[in-house]
Amino acid sequence: MPTHAYIPHAPGYVDNDGPKIVTSRFPHEDSYTLERYEATGGYDGLRAALAKKPSEVHDDVREATVLGRGGAGFPAGVKWGFMPPGKFPYYLVVNGDESEPGTYKDRLLMERDPHQLIEGCLITCYALGLAQCFLYVRGEMALAQERIAQALNDAYEKGLVGKNILGTHFSVDITLTWGAGAYIVGEETALIESLEGNRGMPRLKPPYFPAAIGLYGQPTIVNNVETLSNLPWLMVNGPSQYKTYGSADSPGTRMIAVSGHVNRPGVYEIEQGVTTFRELFYGDNFCQGIRDGHELKMFVPGGGSAPWFFPEQLDLPLEARPVGAAGSMLGSGAIMVMDETTDAVKAALRLVRFYARESCGKCTPCREGTTWEERVLQRILDGEGRPSDIDMLLDIADNISPGPYPNAADPSQGLEAVPFPPKQTTICPLGPSSVAPITSTIRRFRHEYEAKITKRDSIPVAAAPVEAGS
Amino acid sequence: MSRFSDANLAIATDIISRYPVKKSALIPLLHLAQEQDGYVTDDAMRHIAELTGTTPAEVKGTGSFYEMFKFHPVGTYMVNVCTNLSCQLLGGEELLDHAEKTLGVKAGGTTADGMFTLEDVECIAACTEAPCLQVNYRYKLRMSHDEFDQMIEDLRSGRADDIPAHGTLATIRQAIPAGKGAGIVPPEDAREAPVWLARNDSSEEG
Repeated sequence: MPTHAYIPHAPGYVDNDGPKIVTSRFPHEDSYTLERYEATGGYDGLRAALAKKPSEVHDDVREATVLGRGGAGFPAGVKWGFMPPGKFPYYLVVNGDESEPGTYKDRLLMERDPHQLIEGCLITCYALGLAQCFLYVRGEMALAQERIAQALNDAYEKGLVGKNILGTHFSVDITLTWGAGAYIVGEETALIESLEGNRGMPRLKPPYFPAAIGLYGQPTIVNNVETLSNLPWLMVNGPSQYKTYGSADSPGTRMIAVSGHVNRPGVYEIEQGVTTFRELFYGDNFCQGIRDGHELKMFVPGGGSAPWFFPEQLDLPLEARPVGAAGSMLGSGAIMVMDETTDAVKAALRLVRFYARESCGKCTPCREGTTWEERVLQRILDGEGRPSDIDMLLDIADNISPGPYPNAADPSQGLEAVPFPPKQTTICPLGPSSVAPITSTIRRFRHEYEAKITKRDSIPVAAAPVEAGS
Repeated sequence: MSRFSDANLAIATDIISRYPVKKSALIPLLHLAQEQDGYVTDDAMRHIAELTGTTPAEVKGTGSFYEMFKFHPVGTYMVNVCTNLSCQLLGGEELLDHAEKTLGVKAGGTTADGMFTLEDVECIAACTEAPCLQVNYRYKLRMSHDEFDQMIEDLRSGRADDIPAHGTLATIRQAIPAGKGAGIVPPEDAREAPVWLARNDSSEEG
């Protein structure tokens, strides 16, 4: 027997007290099977939806204000409404290409409860008159692909997907398709390009939504895995019940992955707008404090793209609006916590390197800018930094995402000095995302940068040829 | 090297049939080619171009964008160590250093016996279980250095039977049972609203 079990049961998921909408089946060992799914109310949501008119199902989703869980937080019902009438066929594309640093809720949903996702797809297809759905899963997630393939086979066999579903006129095909390792494919227009068999590069906008022109030039809805996984519960329990969870602006729950220096890292289902960061990090029901009695230094509140937060922001609730007003975002629901032992420059470099590696190369400010940022940070870390490097970093950042930048001379400047949302000079937000770690750390920990720039007097200020960082 | 075998050609034909446009099957077919030979060969790319009505240049152009496709032989086991922020905070870089020492190759290299290719990868979505790695895209979580050495030993001696060879990503395939599929309709033939929408909901736009 191998010494290391291949995927232990629901790794990372922590079953805590609190409302459960999408993770209710996770504690079951066999939650991914059709038997378990049907024994726990599976496909009741689809039956409830089929008993209504398609437009009524759409109204329910609109009324419940189901916000997209992929990152941007756009209301799903409103997005669905952007489909131009009468331009059949329409397509549904499920975005399961989750690769934002820190994020892994979608992987758990696909591995632990694939039928819930399939049911969500069917409900969407019914509401909008879609006859074909593509389920795009990130390439590296072998287990998720296997579980979804098995679930689709079982569902086809049972007549839950395919022709005349549950004996009605409703017919839909769901195709499982998978990527091959490219972060940018998580951007919806890049995902469509990839699905068409091309390099996964984002499309020029407008149109701003693929709902107008998407896959094969037809109206296309791209929804996130967690968003669709909410729908079966919503159909069974109704919008008013859904709105009893969370806050008025952001109803329902969210899956949040907390990683890094906490005592109990994990994926938690929390109520939006109710739980605060402090409760999440220190609460007994959640992460149970920073590891080994260390102090919190900083945290990334919503995936690698989000500007960083510091201890002052601990009392904000996890909800789009207050987090946005404080200058960051909840994005993909990933929180990375760093204690006082963390080197701010090194941490910033690691995220910047991610964006430099994953840039698709289509837009110059991103392709060149992210690489340049990485090199400058690397040389600062190597002790080869120049006095002008901090300003140079801010200057590069300003070229990728123009806006007011933090001024070290005025420490009273709030976090709002970091431009957010990013003002893009690129087609998609990947390049501008690389700016957040740099501006966040320079504003707060400029002294750490300065301490590393040791050879202040011996190196000329002008830019010299740069050696690539290792 | 090789084109698709008869068995794989049947799978390829089935995959192509699930898309309204043949070219969409390009990425799944590249995976299939990698499953057959361990990497994507030039002949496989030519074959895929024939099957999807594209050119070999288009196939390579698309395939080379994606990190998972290898166009040259790699080890039986791809050992992908994550060093992104969450893993870095809990020892991901040290784990990579250790892996380089144990395997005797730098990140990107393949061991002399052709067993292992080591890679330094970006976030693999197991952040709360850091430091983590994937071996042929199967997770190994919260890896200590000793566990890493043990795992390599197990793989060398054929004891780690939970990890298939490189390229074989999903052992279970989607198979639409005969007569159960709704039938993929090419865009030109599907300009009408589906019957359930028309029947229940005639002119109301959702």
